[in-house]
Amino acid sequence: MNTSTTIQGRQFPASMRLLHWLMAAMVLSMLGVGVAMVASLGSYHALVSFHRPLGILILVLVVVRYVNRRFSALPPFPDTMSSQERSIASASELLFYALLFVQPLVGWGMLSAARYPIVLFGSLHLFPFLPHSVMLYAVLRKTHTVFAYLLFLMFLAHFGAILFHTLIVRDGLFNRMAPWRVRSIVLPGSAPAKE
Amino acid sequence: MRSKSTTLTERQATSLSTCSSLIRLAAIGVVLLSVAAAFLYLGGWFSPRALTPARFVDAFERVDGIHSGFRRNHAKGVGVSGFFESNGQGTRLSKAVVFRTGRIPVIGRFSLSGGDPYVADAPDTVRGLGLLFRLPDGEEWRTAMVNLPVFPVKTPQAFYEFLFASQPDPQTNKPDPKKMGAFLAGHPETVQAFKIIQSRPVSSGFENSTYNSLIAFHFVDANGASVPVRWSMAPVQPFAAANPMASTQGNKNYLFDALIASIHQHALEWRLMITVGQPGDVTDDSNIPWPDGREQVDVGTLELDSIESDDASPARDINFDPAVLPAGMAPSDDPLLSARSAVYSQSFTRRAGEAKEPSAVTPSEVRK
Repeated sequence: MNTSTTIQGRQFPASMRLLHWLMAAMVLSMLGVGVAMVASLGSYHALVSFHRPLGILILVLVVVRYVNRRFSALPPFPDTMSSQERSIASASELLFYALLFVQPLVGWGMLSAARYPIVLFGSLHLFPFLPHSVMLYAVLRKTHTVFAYLLFLMFLAHFGAILFHTLIVRDGLFNRMAPWRVRSIVLPGSAPAKE
Repeated sequence: MRSKSTTLTERQATSLSTCSSLIRLAAIGVVLLSVAAAFLYLGGWFSPRALTPARFVDAFERVDGIHSGFRRNHAKGVGVSGFFESNGQGTRLSKAVVFRTGRIPVIGRFSLSGGDPYVADAPDTVRGLGLLFRLPDGEEWRTAMVNLPVFPVKTPQAFYEFLFASQPDPQTNKPDPKKMGAFLAGHPETVQAFKIIQSRPVSSGFENSTYNSLIAFHFVDANGASVPVRWSMAPVQPFAAANPMASTQGNKNYLFDALIASIHQHALEWRLMITVGQPGDVTDDSNIPWPDGREQVDVGTLELDSIESDDASPARDINFDPAVLPAGMAPSDDPLLSARSAVYSQSFTRRAGEAKEPSAVTPSEVRK
């Protein structure tokens, strides 16, 4: 009778939304902890001890998330997005996945090259996967900072785009990824999603 | 049935005026700027006077200069290696694998404090011993000790100020008494610590020095019970008093050369002594010694039988970060521990990317 039959298909699947919000919280915490710990004396050790295992957890989750995404049906872009905006959105999604995968590896790699023990918690630790080389460490350490700032800028752009769609275009784009179940998304002008 | 066209009409009916769009756009800008500002705030961008690891290492560089590839403190040193023979006595205090009976490979580094890698050896310069224990399960224990009985300062901020107060005046080659006087006037705890430091006899060399953790830690046993501890490496080599004139006799490396000669004669040994704290003993102040009579547990022997120039030793490329602890050891609330970890890391990162200059104690000097 009404469009509710097509609505379910217009939100991302629950597993994708769960992973999105879980990782959003983790990645933002990581960026905040990362930038705070390098400027901190008193909390440095506590923050580093938190940063390392969380980074490895993000590495695991981003793999899970990518596989999950490959096997999920995605809602179509709304008609309010131009083809140019769609390609930017797709490219930035890909870049997000790449950075979220590479950044923890750079972190693990730089600790490997410096021969810092990569302690997760208690006696559980990871093996070093690069040779002991302080020059290599120096390069990876810089890369880790550059990637962190890049990730933060990408987050700002992503956040800005969603605010723009929500407050100005008002096409309900946010509802596609809303953490809760949205029963009636009205995406104006968009074609009904395929069942 | 709601059709597509109805939805569009509804949306157009409520579409935003230009003014309203601009206000909303501005609001978005404000939100994004606030998020960026929060991020920068966390990174300390709005507190340019706060003490950070970078500013701490800048201070070492200002006092001692930048020496490419060298540690910013304890720049002059040599690498050593050997093993730790655990006697099993430590297992009742800590479940750390290092305390199970057996032998564990160790690499280490003897050093002199200060950021000048070519400084002349002198009896009163603080001597350091950094150690890395490679536990059989892949864990590590790192410790950086010095031959002082207590730390001269209590907090990172005081250490930072102390660095400048004790900077040698280029004219007299001694700290400016006015600056040091002003520092001591504001830090009675340092005056107390100096009394303790100056009342202890200084030994003749690296090989018969006692090296102390100074900072307190916690040992956690297999049942999860925790005790505060401090540790020391007590030399088996007999004590001999330092010759106060030794540094004026021409050999700028006399302390290192004596260490090299003695380690070539026979392996050098230290006993790892754990001092067990009582409830009420301070754990957040390396400035204050624990009362006499605390239980001392001899948990094993460190044996160092090989020595190498910094240029050739793997120890050069290791950060002897005192916060690297195996399961069974935990940090205390001493603010100096986290600060040392942070500053060591900053120093390590800076020197890692620099060209490595030859060290004062050359590979040929170390050869037998």
